[in-house]
Amino acid sequence: MTYVEYKQLNPFQRFAYNTKKFFCNIPHAVAHFFTALGKAIVKFFVGIGKGFANYGKTFVKGDWATKLSYLIFGVGDLSKGKYYKGILFFAVEVLYILYMAFFGWGYLKMFPTLGIQAQRTEYINGIIPKQVPGDNSMLILLYSVLTLVITVVVFAIYITNIKDAYRHQIMKANGQKPTSFKYDMKQFLDGKYHITLMSFPVLMIGIFNVLPLIFMILIAFTNYDKQHMPPGTLFTWIGFDNFGSLFNLVEGAKKGYTFIKLTEWTLIWAVAATFSNYILGMIFALMINKKGIKFKSLWRTLFVITIAVPQFVSLLLMNQMLQSNGAVNILLSNITNSHVEIQWLNQDATLARWVVIIINCWVGIPYTILSMSGILMNIPEDLYESARIDGAGPVKTFTAITLPYMLFVTTPQLITQFVGNINNFNVIYLLSNGNPTTEKYYQAGETDILVTWLFKLTMNSQDYGLAAAIGILVFVICATLSLIVYNNSKSMKDEEAFS
Amino acid sequence: MIKSYKLRRHIANAFVYLFLIVMGFVWISPFIYLLMHSFRGGAEIYGSTIIPQEWTLQNYIDLFTGSGGTASLNFPRWFLNTFVVACFSCVISTISVLMVSYAFSRLRFKARKKFMNVGMILGMFPGFMTMIAIYYLLKAMGLTQTLVALVICYSCGAGLGFQISKGFFDTIPRALDEAATIDGATKNQIFWKIILPMSKPIVVYTVLTSFIGPWTDFILAKIIMGDARDNYTVAIGLQLMIDQDFKNTYYKQFLAGSVVVAVPITLLFLKMQKYYVEGVTAGGVKG
Repeated sequence: MTYVEYKQLNPFQRFAYNTKKFFCNIPHAVAHFFTALGKAIVKFFVGIGKGFANYGKTFVKGDWATKLSYLIFGVGDLSKGKYYKGILFFAVEVLYILYMAFFGWGYLKMFPTLGIQAQRTEYINGIIPKQVPGDNSMLILLYSVLTLVITVVVFAIYITNIKDAYRHQIMKANGQKPTSFKYDMKQFLDGKYHITLMSFPVLMIGIFNVLPLIFMILIAFTNYDKQHMPPGTLFTWIGFDNFGSLFNLVEGAKKGYTFIKLTEWTLIWAVAATFSNYILGMIFALMINKKGIKFKSLWRTLFVITIAVPQFVSLLLMNQMLQSNGAVNILLSNITNSHVEIQWLNQDATLARWVVIIINCWVGIPYTILSMSGILMNIPEDLYESARIDGAGPVKTFTAITLPYMLFVTTPQLITQFVGNINNFNVIYLLSNGNPTTEKYYQAGETDILVTWLFKLTMNSQDYGLAAAIGILVFVICATLSLIVYNNSKSMKDEEAFS
Repeated sequence: MIKSYKLRRHIANAFVYLFLIVMGFVWISPFIYLLMHSFRGGAEIYGSTIIPQEWTLQNYIDLFTGSGGTASLNFPRWFLNTFVVACFSCVISTISVLMVSYAFSRLRFKARKKFMNVGMILGMFPGFMTMIAIYYLLKAMGLTQTLVALVICYSCGAGLGFQISKGFFDTIPRALDEAATIDGATKNQIFWKIILPMSKPIVVYTVLTSFIGPWTDFILAKIIMGDARDNYTVAIGLQLMIDQDFKNTYYKQFLAGSVVVAVPITLLFLKMQKYYVEGVTAGGVKG
């Protein structure tokens, strides 16, 4: 379709066209992703190859100090008069060797087995029991990951050291002097400002996000659970068994059954929660922004209070109000003049699921109102006027102008919300806590979604391996969806359009 | 014709008003209930009527003075804890977020895109998948059950939330930077003297969000604090009050506590929302 043809379509057809294009693009986007991934891998290996070539070349061309830098960090810099940098490089090497000798290697060498000797009780003289400490798989894994990360960082420093030595060698050959300490420091506020800005946040994220994440991803391939609790008992590598038990559909395999059922409910929940909030929220926003309605900001504030009150307060309150002796039942008793005691959340799965979705509207619609109000004000007024002149009623205007326009503008947001709902821990956990409980599921209730199941597996039954495997699968679902949005979103492609 | 059109619009508007009034009431009625019952007196734990029959301030007094058997629940202490944690993590997170966003938006360096992509991917893992690892990491550092651990947890990942403020920085014309560079300003000076003063909405937004965070989070705090009740934050404290053990004792104090927490946070949020709209509509028009 050409641009002119596209411009001639009415908004509704445009939306249909875009939707079609969006879904037709999914295979393309996925294919694109894999080719990009393939290219990245090739590039990575080519890069490594080049790195090795450079590594050799520099060694051949280097003078004695550069060559010595291959063994002892910083010698090249020191010999060329760049003292502070040389000393720093050297200090890194010394510290790394000390770290490995006294701490890191002891754990890293047990990484392949995750420990052999569990903690045991020995009897001194055959009578007095004494705890003999053994290996601890958890600590071995944690510190091994730490050591590996440190090794990678030190390796990067090692390469920088060689490059720097060679650079100074060439500078000396050209008769240049190395830059002074003062000049280098000034560069950190200007040319190398990104290093100043990024190093602290990156360090924090590295320690408290990346490191735990690598650790948990590795945990998914171990049998770390209640029966394998270090230091009493050890856990070990089991390959893909955790994933296997999630996809095990044999009759009577409880974990597999729970996983399939919960995935099903998670998707239903995400679809219902996203669309109910979206459509109802749009209706609310339309009402508030309707011409001739006064006190617009008052109405908006009224609804926004639900977001403003901390979720644990509003949801715990809701949970209490929906108990058998809670406010809702009292209200119903007063109205019907009889004793009503409905178990809203604790008995019937279908009822509980409906209640959760409805309460989620109460929580979620204000968000939609907030984000929609701005967009609604941007719809060109002349569209409405010409529609009115053509004799369109309010319903027709809504279906032909407002809805297509909103859908067109907010599709990316819709998918972000969908991903958010898959991960919507608070609403389920605080409101229903996964209840009603059931015997059919493994450690989960009828309204549990995947992330709350993950939480319960970690906290209640210590099935760390299984929980980590679920975490990875949730990530795969969310990442795939986000990837499609990412490929389609304009703001990512031309981020400099406005500057 | 015109008259009937006007009439029709009035009728339509009347319906809309009716709808908004009813819905508005439905929306805030739980909070009205919360407010009313936090002042409820009498011996009953759960009220048997919608409107309380006796009114009292006793629940609030119990909460703050520890009278009425709430001594084991040290609410003032929890409040103070949360406040301290919120202040520290707010400062650290705001600085991290602004630094990272500025670097991504304005500085061009090797691997910038790679860093941004890694940041996005990290954000896609379920947040508390890593909580166990973080717990053991903090334990190895000897920090579990301390407030320092909470500050670390709330502020360490802050740098990953750079998207909104980066979007805002992107809209500030680059010509300003260039002019300043010609006048001899360093990148550091541009950041402090040009970009930050122009970004008030997004700075205020970032400060308020990171301040509110510790008041509302409760999973992480619960895992880190375990049973060290003196170091609880208000969120886990309040949840403790309607736990199985205490549910039938402290329900009214729970309601009072909820009001005490909800009122300041609500006011802050309403304030923040203004800046959010200013900042995000400026930063997000490109969507």
